[in-house]
Amino acid sequence: MSHPPLTRLAAAALLVVMAALPALAAAPVNEDTVREIGTELRCVVCQNLSVADSPSETANQMRAIIRERLAAGETPEQVKAYFVEKYGLWILLSPPKQGFNLLVWIVPFVGLGLGLVLVAFTVRRWSRRPAAVPAGIPEMDAATRDRIHREMADIDRS
Amino acid sequence: MSGSTRWGRWAIPLAAIPVIVLLAYGFRTDPRAIPTPLVGKPAAAFRLKTFDGPEISLEGLRGRVVVINFWASWCYPACYEEAPVLERGWRAYKDREVMLVGINIQDKEEPAKRFLAQFGHTFPNAPDPAGRVSVDYGVYGVPETFFIDRAGRIRAKHVGAVTDAIFSANVDRLLAERP
Repeated sequence: MSHPPLTRLAAAALLVVMAALPALAAAPVNEDTVREIGTELRCVVCQNLSVADSPSETANQMRAIIRERLAAGETPEQVKAYFVEKYGLWILLSPPKQGFNLLVWIVPFVGLGLGLVLVAFTVRRWSRRPAAVPAGIPEMDAATRDRIHREMADIDRS
Repeated sequence: MSGSTRWGRWAIPLAAIPVIVLLAYGFRTDPRAIPTPLVGKPAAAFRLKTFDGPEISLEGLRGRVVVINFWASWCYPACYEEAPVLERGWRAYKDREVMLVGINIQDKEEPAKRFLAQFGHTFPNAPDPAGRVSVDYGVYGVPETFFIDRAGRIRAKHVGAVTDAIFSANVDRLLAERP
């Protein structure tokens, strides 16, 4: 081996570049994106844990599939669509804001609105009541008043 | 005033009705029963290396009724209950254009092979180490069994241990269909 040092250095540099090539070719997958998608997907073997949070092997495999699909050039939306295609909307931890599922997003606010209206209505009625109560007492009919008098007299006598 | 109190008397029971209806519906559904969107859809292609060595792919089985069973050796008791059923079903139907494929998921090779030896399975079984096939089939637990028609469509899915009746009813139904 009688290569001049410079050639050997160039060869070494070439080797380093070639070793790095496969890593460059596989588009770097952002782990934050993997995690982001994982938090929106339900871990299929656990109750109410996301794929990002579950330590189970299945969730691990699902994270690997997410990573793989991102590396293949899919967008996060496409990756999520793949899981929905296989597992249905059940796989999404938040129901999508469309169609019937829109109810889930709207009803709490409608309920809150109705509750506020009810509270306002009740508070107004209560604040008017002191005036209304004394006015109500003289409305007792004569027969009832007589009966009360009679019965109180009975009590006094006994 | 009396009109509004009468309305108020009915408001609470009336408001309870939708809640009761919702609860009545909710308590009747099984929270673990997850509807699969895959029934009626083409079964995802796969190519796996069986424990015995040769590869098996869904494309190679087109024209036959295919039963795919996802299992694991740690899945006790359901997978142990259905293992003899599967072997019986395989022996009864293997000469009638039916293929049974076992796919071992979330498992290790050693215990999986011990499981196969214990039950003397003679149908092909393959591991799915990366879980790709199980996600392609929307599998969320073991055991799950898919019945695929001759055209390669998933026609039924059974969650939990398969019984002789479930196995033959599904296979007979798909066999009766003209190719």
